[in-house]
Amino acid sequence: MVARSFDENKSTTGIHPLKFSLWLIIISIIMMFAAFTSAYIVRREEGNWLEFDLPSILLINTVVIVLSSVTMQLAHNSAKSNNLQTLKLMLLLTLGLGIAFLVGQWYGWSELVHNNVYFGGSTSNPAGSFLYVLTGVHGFHIITGLIFVLIVLMSSMKYKVHSKNMLRIQLCTIYWHFLGGLWLYLYIFLRLNH
Amino acid sequence: MSSTDISINEDVHHAHEEHDHHHDQNFFEKYIFSQDHKTIGKQFLITGIFWAFVGGFLSILFRLQLGWPEATFTFLEPILGGWIENGKLNPEFYLALVTMHGTIMVFFVLTAGLSGTFFNFLIPLQIGARDMASGFMNMLSYWFFFLASVILFTSLFLETGPAAGGWTVYPPLSALPEALAGSGSGMTLWLIAMALFIVSQLLGGVNYITTVINLRTKGMSMTKMPLTIWAFFLTAILGLLAFPVLFSAALLLIFDRSFGTSFFLSDIYIGGQALAHSGGSPILFQHLFWFLGHPEVYIVIMPAFGIVSEVITTNSRKPIFGYRAMIGSLMGIALLSFVVWAHHMFVSGMNPFLGSVFMFLTLIIAVPSAVKVFNWLATLWRANIRFTSAMMFAIGFVSLFISGGLTGIILGNSSLDIQLHDTYFVVAHFHLVMGAAAFFGMFCGVYHWFPKMFGRMMDEKLGFVHFWLTFVSVYLVFMPMHYLGIAGFPRRYYTWTGFEAFNVFTDMNTFISIAAILGFSAQFIFLFNFVYSIFKGRRATANPWHANTLEWTTPVLPGHGNWPGEIPAVYRWPYDYSKPGAAEDFIPQTVPFSETQSSNLPQEKDFE
Ligand code: HEM
Ligand SMILES: [Cu+2]
Repeated sequence: MVARSFDENKSTTGIHPLKFSLWLIIISIIMMFAAFTSAYIVRREEGNWLEFDLPSILLINTVVIVLSSVTMQLAHNSAKSNNLQTLKLMLLLTLGLGIAFLVGQWYGWSELVHNNVYFGGSTSNPAGSFLYVLTGVHGFHIITGLIFVLIVLMSSMKYKVHSKNMLRIQLCTIYWHFLGGLWLYLYIFLRLNH
Repeated sequence: MSSTDISINEDVHHAHEEHDHHHDQNFFEKYIFSQDHKTIGKQFLITGIFWAFVGGFLSILFRLQLGWPEATFTFLEPILGGWIENGKLNPEFYLALVTMHGTIMVFFVLTAGLSGTFFNFLIPLQIGARDMASGFMNMLSYWFFFLASVILFTSLFLETGPAAGGWTVYPPLSALPEALAGSGSGMTLWLIAMALFIVSQLLGGVNYITTVINLRTKGMSMTKMPLTIWAFFLTAILGLLAFPVLFSAALLLIFDRSFGTSFFLSDIYIGGQALAHSGGSPILFQHLFWFLGHPEVYIVIMPAFGIVSEVITTNSRKPIFGYRAMIGSLMGIALLSFVVWAHHMFVSGMNPFLGSVFMFLTLIIAVPSAVKVFNWLATLWRANIRFTSAMMFAIGFVSLFISGGLTGIILGNSSLDIQLHDTYFVVAHFHLVMGAAAFFGMFCGVYHWFPKMFGRMMDEKLGFVHFWLTFVSVYLVFMPMHYLGIAGFPRRYYTWTGFEAFNVFTDMNTFISIAAILGFSAQFIFLFNFVYSIFKGRRATANPWHANTLEWTTPVLPGHGNWPGEIPAVYRWPYDYSKPGAAEDFIPQTVPFSETQSSNLPQEKDFE
């Protein structure tokens, strides 16, 4: 991999180009979900819409993901103050909470199936399918986020994450907070439109 | 799409190592998996040219059918095999041809080929950067595109044929594998190719925006940027906002196809049997598609705006007229392009009041478009025009954009569109304003920047012949289509001889097809000129067009890192052509005001 040196081309905005790129990627993810949720609203307006109760576990999952954002922030802060032990612990906790969230979502899906709300098939209704798509695509992004957390965790094991080398964990923190925020939005959206 | 972990080593390579003498790169790093923006740009260009010939060839095939509906095409059997039955083109294959022609031209040539080439090649060179923000992501962007290309190309050779539901892939044709032969594996490959294509666009787009915002050289403020960069920058933003929506739509379509959901499907009967799908809405797909689709047409044309502005001003030897108005109109167009999508759906049964709102918004786009046209014309007005090949194509672009834009205003009226929708009038409109115009922008760019890409000049005489043949045949093909369309001649019909009303158009259709064949043949002149000049062209100088922008301050063939020494700083806007009092008729951006005291304007005296 040919390395590129930025020392001459000092970033004009003072933001690291990778951080900037991450924000742009986040914008494109937002557009994806904007498309899904507006399609949801448009479709719902047309009628023939199955009304059902949201799985109750979604609320617990919401709490879990908010907690994971807290631990992620704590990990970031301990990296900044070179608390390398806490850093690893917090990253591990984030990872655990993230996985717990995914497991919780999975339970949510089984609850739906239990209530005869299916993703596809002759008895399915777009109302249910949309819920699966929203949670599923979000879950997919959570997996990418978890991989990112794992990468940061591994480099922290090698003492590569500390106050002088913050870029990685900063990017990871931004992305993770974004995924948490995205879920909050989806949850509130689903609550309001049910 | 998500968290690819891109790490950048900040400490490797000092400035003086980054150019000419780069012996340590092997062939693969240099030409195949290159991270150099110039090489990636050329990769996009060559892939784009390949696709353009494929797409063009497909259109000649269906023009044969339309121009000579009674003829037998046994001579095509060696190429098309089973798609010719008793000398007749298979009707479903005709639909597949139209679909693939549209997909290839809109996405693979005029989006990836045009943007990929010039954004990659020009952005770092014109803003004064050593490369893109992330060379690695940039390389990935090309290879995702390449993979998408391979998959789409493969689909052409499927036994059941490629996708056939139109480039807009409306369900149910695209959603039900049993709808058409091409709706099976052909459509599946189309969707996979498109998903990869979108990933490629997003990777590229993120990079372009980041680079323009963050890596400009000293002095290159946003208002000193060439209009090319402004156009590229805004196009990249459009892509970043629009393509994810297409991705969402494609994902839902995939679920409908393969997982039994019913987002877009409802109440469908096949052979008297109701399908299990219920509760979906095909109109929803149209909304999602055109929310991308309309910005997409501007993603195609805006790079051409930028290229043409640059070439017109350079070869008029005059400053561009209304630099700020040009930026403003680009922004206006970019913004408006997100709120007009439903003009493609006037006859979909939407609420007429909503139709009026979209009609109003659509017609407003004519204003910034007209601003651009007037500014180009004002730049050309009384100029000492140098008719280089690039300049001819730039002027041709303006002509085509005007002709095609005018019919846009007609189509934008929802009541007129009831008659014109899905006729050849629409085909004529968008081929002039988008197809031909964007191609002209691309040719214009290739002729103009060829010396910087390959260190040699293209042949001007061949360029001249190429231009006139192309220009004339484009008008000969598309002007008559307006008449067909007004008469109600529908698009995407395999055969029309069964309709009494359209039989009078036989001669006109034959005429159009002959003109199309002429136009397509003329492109081989370009191909020859392009390939020949890469190896045998006249050697170029570093700044053959006497232009002001930064790329012309690099060596004839810029190496890795673009400038051998320090990156030059920028002191002025890029359009100081024929400035009164100046020694020469151009002052590059790198010349400080202190060196040009005789030509400085009163307000520039402060910078001396
Ligand atoms: C004055 C500005 C323009 C207006 C008011 C306008 C209006 C329209 C309208 C109303 C339609 C829908 C016609 C129908 O399907 O019945 C249409 C189709 C189309 N326009 Fe334009 N247009 C304008 C400029 C452009 C530009 C600049 C481009 C591309 C660079 C473009 C590309 C297209 C394409 C590709 C279609 C057809 C898509 C399809 O159905 O396959 N238009 N235009
Ligand atoms: Cu449009």
